[in-house]
Amino acid sequence: MSRQQSESSAGRTNLSGAEIVWATLEGECVREVFGYPGGAILPIYDALRKFPIRHILVRHEQGAAHMADGYARASGRVGVCMATSGPGATNLVTGIATAMLDSVPIVCITGQVSSKVLGSDAFQEVDITGITLPITKHNFLVTRAEDIAPAIRLAFQIATSGRPGPVLIDITKDAQQATAPFEFVACAPCAARPHPMLRAESSAIQEAIALIQSAKRPLILAGHGITQSGAEQQVIAFAESQQIPVASTLLGLGSFPAAHPLHLGMMGMHGESWVNHAIQEADLLLAFGMRFDDRVTGNLAHYAQNAKKIHIEIDPSEINKNVRADVALIGDLRGVLETLQPLLPKRVDTGWLRQINMSKGTAAVRDIINLPDNGHLYAAHVIHDIWREAQAAGREQDTIIVTDVGQHQMWEAQYFKHDVPRSLVTSGGLGTMGFALPAAIGAKTACPQKDVWVIAGDGGFQMTAAELSTIVQEKLAINIAVINNGFLGMVRQWQEAFYEKNYSASPILSPDFVKLAEAHGIEGAHISKRKDVTPTVTRARASGRPFLINFQVEQEDGVYPMIAPGAALHEMVRRPERDPLLETAEDE
Amino acid sequence: MLHTFVALVEDKPGVLTRVASLFRRLNVNIVSLTVGESERPDTSRMTIVCDAHEHAAHRIRASLYKLETTVHVDEVDRSAAVVRELCLMKIAVGPASPNGPHSRSQIFELASVFRARVVDLAPESIMLEMTGSSSKIEGLVQVITESGYTILEVSRTGRMAMRRGHHTSRVLSALGSKSNADGNGADYSSKLDFDDNLGDEILPNEFENVHEEET
Repeated sequence: MSRQQSESSAGRTNLSGAEIVWATLEGECVREVFGYPGGAILPIYDALRKFPIRHILVRHEQGAAHMADGYARASGRVGVCMATSGPGATNLVTGIATAMLDSVPIVCITGQVSSKVLGSDAFQEVDITGITLPITKHNFLVTRAEDIAPAIRLAFQIATSGRPGPVLIDITKDAQQATAPFEFVACAPCAARPHPMLRAESSAIQEAIALIQSAKRPLILAGHGITQSGAEQQVIAFAESQQIPVASTLLGLGSFPAAHPLHLGMMGMHGESWVNHAIQEADLLLAFGMRFDDRVTGNLAHYAQNAKKIHIEIDPSEINKNVRADVALIGDLRGVLETLQPLLPKRVDTGWLRQINMSKGTAAVRDIINLPDNGHLYAAHVIHDIWREAQAAGREQDTIIVTDVGQHQMWEAQYFKHDVPRSLVTSGGLGTMGFALPAAIGAKTACPQKDVWVIAGDGGFQMTAAELSTIVQEKLAINIAVINNGFLGMVRQWQEAFYEKNYSASPILSPDFVKLAEAHGIEGAHISKRKDVTPTVTRARASGRPFLINFQVEQEDGVYPMIAPGAALHEMVRRPERDPLLETAEDE
Repeated sequence: MLHTFVALVEDKPGVLTRVASLFRRLNVNIVSLTVGESERPDTSRMTIVCDAHEHAAHRIRASLYKLETTVHVDEVDRSAAVVRELCLMKIAVGPASPNGPHSRSQIFELASVFRARVVDLAPESIMLEMTGSSSKIEGLVQVITESGYTILEVSRTGRMAMRRGHHTSRVLSALGSKSNADGNGADYSSKLDFDDNLGDEILPNEFENVHEEET
């Protein structure tokens, strides 16, 4: 190999900038990279064959960024994507912003025109470090081969330390072509600097303990930070020892087992009524790695007015941003809980949990699988049945659901019970339609032994449907459930609720998705009857190959409960009682 | 209200954009921003004055620290700090000016009252240089205008701020006393291992309580 031949006497290896890129990625234990070649990144692609890294060719660079994102969310490792300069780089932008809003560690490498022509509007030149400035945790423009390895290593550190996030490295073509000595170890960055405002002093810990001990109606708000911090066991131990019920954010689903008796469900705009009522009635909220997003709080002026708030969060800029914290413990959740837990005596009072459970009453989700078939197919059924099927097959711990954005996403959050972390991959903060299919490719690449389901609407699926071809080329056994209602469902629901049913631009024509799959060599099925759901889901899961199911569901179905924008949490619109299927009875 | 931040940042291309972009992103207007070399190599000191909600300071400071290029941030609003601004001002005045033949000496008098210096004299104009607080500069501008003179050009640097007697551990050690920066031994925060000399420079009182900041 040329690498060995060019070994210098100093023990360092002389490599081209392009080779340094791959050698550094290899050193960072990267095994897969998602990308799309082009002029300004061709030297890097030329050097790829010398390194044991698998490259997954995407169909659109947005897909590459989502794949790196899905890869990182499913595995906890850094996802890496690549694109050329100009349009290749700008196509990454939506994916980078998606990762930024959900704090996902990805590293994006873009080619750039030669440093000699930088700033001259050269062919396919775009100022991508300028463009991505507000949507990356940090970015670099590298113009010299010797700076590549330190930049990539620092990028990995930045992406994963503190509150994770995306990092972009823009490498000029001449830097890729030049040669420089390379030694992986010598390029290690300094130890990551913790945010200087991190603090969880003993005084704040004491205040927190006093609040917890005096609370009659405490509630844990479980966020994405639990999984980011690896604090799942600590949260379970904490909740159990204090008998504190747990409500999850959308990205917090799975970080606390849904089957756990203390788990209430999802909070917020489409959260269950008893969860939101519990928040409004609570006298203490313990926010674990969550940021009081507007979808979670509703009207801030009326949010949990009776509750003291303890905010445990790694990002100091989130403290007091939306909701004022009475006690802020700024630090890594796991570390803070490990400090806190031994200082708290066990609590046995379960009255509050019983009170919440009683308040479910008629609002509890009816066990929809036991309902008589009335000929209609509801999206909620489909999603619930996918969960039941996985459970029946003993695969519920080994199933990753990747959703798109819209009604189906909320039904997924309501009707698929996530017991293990990283089993739900969904775009929460940015709400990126078209996320599901590419993110699922990333998830399946990271976790090939798991069953990966795409749940997407007919609208979002068409945004990135070109990646079907990637699935086939990469031989990825991904199952796809298209929830097809002929509308941009969430838009339609808002138009129904707030725009007098003026369905402006929300009806959407779709191709025959099964034929589309077929054209890609993917098996598919149309389902419009409830009884066919489970057998087809089993068939898809067991096929060991990609499989697309087009679920033709009820057209004008709505996601409930729902909190109108600007309304308070307790002012939610309940499930319509006239609908026997979505009406509520005892919890399952 | 106005907040004043003094930030030490790496002296690299694009750092100013990162800082400016942060304020834009937070929808906060920058009133003035000055950048220059600091006492440390490859590090610039910025003084940023911005107009934001009184509770916004904590978040702005925390966000500034999130920039990878930020070394240190201090908010000097409520502490005793020396705040200065440099102003250059060109006034239309000369022997032929409508304000009369003594107009130049009138400007000299005003300048000496305000401790401004004459740095350029042309047949038709005088240039003054003045340092001081913003209100002092505005005072001179007002007096000159009200005296009927035409100000042709004003160039102000914006505020620079420095904390008075800020006894950093570096100063303390230079004076021969031991740093007490890690005095609160029981604190989780003080156990954090800062990799550079930054940690040494943070005084315990800088970890003021965010809640107190708001009250």
